[in-house]
Amino acid sequence: MSNGFKRRDFLKGAVAAGMGAALPLSLVELSWGKSDARNFTFAYISDAHLNHLGGSKFTENFDKGLKRAVTELNFMHPKPDFVVFGGDLAQLGKKEEIDHGLEIMSGIRNVPIRWVIGEHDYYLDLGEHWQEKVSDLYYSFDHKGTHFVVLNSILTYDEWTHERWPSAMERMKQMARLDNPQGSPFMVGDKQRAWLEKDLSGVSKETPIVVLSHSPLYKIFRPWNFWTEDAEKVQAILKPFDKVNVLHGHVHQVLYNQIDNITFQAMMSTAWPWPYPVSYEQAENSVPKVTVFMNRADPHNSRDGTGWGSVDLVNGRETIHHTLWRNDDRTVAFSEEEGHPVDTEYQDPESRIPPQKHY
Amino acid sequence: MPSRACWIALGAALALPAGPVMAQGEGSGEEAPLGLPAVPIPEDNPQTPAKIALGDKLFHEKRFSADGTIACSSCHEEEKAFTDGLALAEGIDDKKGTRNTPTVVNAAYYETQFWDGRRDSLETQALDPLVNPVEHGLESHDKVLEVVRNDPEYLEQFKEVFGVSADQITMDHVTKAIASFERTQVSGNSPFDRYLYGGEEDAISESAKRGLKVFRNKGRCVDCHTIEQSFATFTDNEFHNLGVGFDRIEDNMYELVARFRESKKGDGEDIDVSILTDEAVSELGRYTVTLSPQDVGRFKTSTIRNIAVTAPYMHDGSEKTLMDVVEFYDKGGNDNPLLDGGIRELNLTEQEKKDLVAFMRTLTSPRFADDSADEQESTKTDEMEE
Repeated sequence: MSNGFKRRDFLKGAVAAGMGAALPLSLVELSWGKSDARNFTFAYISDAHLNHLGGSKFTENFDKGLKRAVTELNFMHPKPDFVVFGGDLAQLGKKEEIDHGLEIMSGIRNVPIRWVIGEHDYYLDLGEHWQEKVSDLYYSFDHKGTHFVVLNSILTYDEWTHERWPSAMERMKQMARLDNPQGSPFMVGDKQRAWLEKDLSGVSKETPIVVLSHSPLYKIFRPWNFWTEDAEKVQAILKPFDKVNVLHGHVHQVLYNQIDNITFQAMMSTAWPWPYPVSYEQAENSVPKVTVFMNRADPHNSRDGTGWGSVDLVNGRETIHHTLWRNDDRTVAFSEEEGHPVDTEYQDPESRIPPQKHY
Repeated sequence: MPSRACWIALGAALALPAGPVMAQGEGSGEEAPLGLPAVPIPEDNPQTPAKIALGDKLFHEKRFSADGTIACSSCHEEEKAFTDGLALAEGIDDKKGTRNTPTVVNAAYYETQFWDGRRDSLETQALDPLVNPVEHGLESHDKVLEVVRNDPEYLEQFKEVFGVSADQITMDHVTKAIASFERTQVSGNSPFDRYLYGGEEDAISESAKRGLKVFRNKGRCVDCHTIEQSFATFTDNEFHNLGVGFDRIEDNMYELVARFRESKKGDGEDIDVSILTDEAVSELGRYTVTLSPQDVGRFKTSTIRNIAVTAPYMHDGSEKTLMDVVEFYDKGGNDNPLLDGGIRELNLTEQEKKDLVAFMRTLTSPRFADDSADEQESTKTDEMEE
């Protein structure tokens, strides 16, 4: 198992200090059951999509989203144990974008970062700059009795990646498009699934598992790649474990689901919200019924419909807190009674805020 | 925010039977002034003429201060549209606070009081300045009770209004009376109201009409300073970070927040003193109330009714004129990591800026109109130059 993240020099101090810091007592609590997993909190930031305009210029709106998340994360008390970045730091995979993102993320004070790669970080140089400056593409680590696995879930068919496009930038732009008839579905792939099986072979079935991926490891809507082609095969590998949590980015919205023993939760984006695929009636979708949708964002407010969040691992199950700028925050927690995640405030249809239907 | 709109409508419905709620000098009867909804009246503090008169007297009582010089009306001067004309309020011994004095006029419509909303009613708001060391400077509220319990005139009035004898008078009675008086200080019927809600096409100038368009569209002002179908309170009752004063804390904001969090844990509740005596803590804004990271540097949207006669502007009085305020918003506020998502560069033309100012000058109610005569004069000059 690798330690999971390569550090730029300027990150080193912060990371070392964070790892050595004493845990606030309020977060230490023995859990029940056979595993020796303890409760703890980590933060997430995802889908920043920093867009290089040329020279030293970047799209200001997306910069502001990431900077805001970093600032608010620094106000967190007690500090989270670490922060997960859920992928798509860049918009078109450029070195300038990834470097710019690392610089903004270096504003995080004394909290180590665990990185997940997204397709916008990958398809220009196939992860070369990412591996050099940011992190391995897939790895695992243990934290307080929970086993974390980071997957590169945005791979696709070799022919599409290596043989079809006249240039690397053309390939990147094709993968960045929605509703693209020339697109190709995400997948974890044979090699990584074999690694996953091997990685998990030494982990007891009672140990809580958290899988961090960019794409959802289930199938929701193929035209936008809310989809992982070999999801069922990955799920089968995770099947023997009692408590499995998948935390993913990519969808830019509050989204959660339960498939057998696996709980799925999505991270919010700091850049922009996507609509729910149900709004696109021309193509079939499998948006999970259990999800209580978030409000339609106010287009006049550039931060509405975006945000960041934190995750409490409680007895091996995730409670996710979404900080939604200019919208009421949402908390979604696994319910032992229901056997799936529920919104702690809005799950009951009676307690939801009805959408505006007149204009 | 549909729930908020409902609250206002509900407030209007409930308030009507509760009694006369007219602004002084703007006619009589039970109807709200043109352009405003009926004032929300709490169920446990109905308006009565005797209570309002008592509140009026208490509002002007200078004995409620450490050195006998400061009353509520010292900073909320009726002649200055219930403000003091200063950038920052001044209390006993000329001690300076950290915040600009907001007008009492139309404060009755706010869902929360103070720039950071740390009090949720006019009644509870009235408690704090009395015992703040840079305002009235009393050691405790006992001094207030001592004054009213030993004054025959007050005793008679408290008896009449609340049916209480000297030793039964509490701060609850005092603040209820003050709040009742403040609820009479509502003021609409401005040229803007006559134009938009009264159907008087020529109540405002062509420049002001263009300014209203800018206010509603390119200027994006109406997003927070709301105008409804039948009334306008010009506030969303929300809190926003515009970056005003943020440069004073940005360099050490994390340390400041940690320090404040610890101190609040220490003494439990009273944040009023630290907000008005510690310039840095003051700039934390709404955060001091909620301890939510999102609220750092957020302040309440103030109404802009009578704005032409209540300069200077912003929570720290840092903008001197209406044109300064327009320029501030035009450049997209003061950039900072927590800047509100609705704030951006506006690229207004010089004409649009002038029109916006002309529009804001139409928001002055008749009872305060003389105070803005000079500024109205300059508006006319602007238009003649067109």
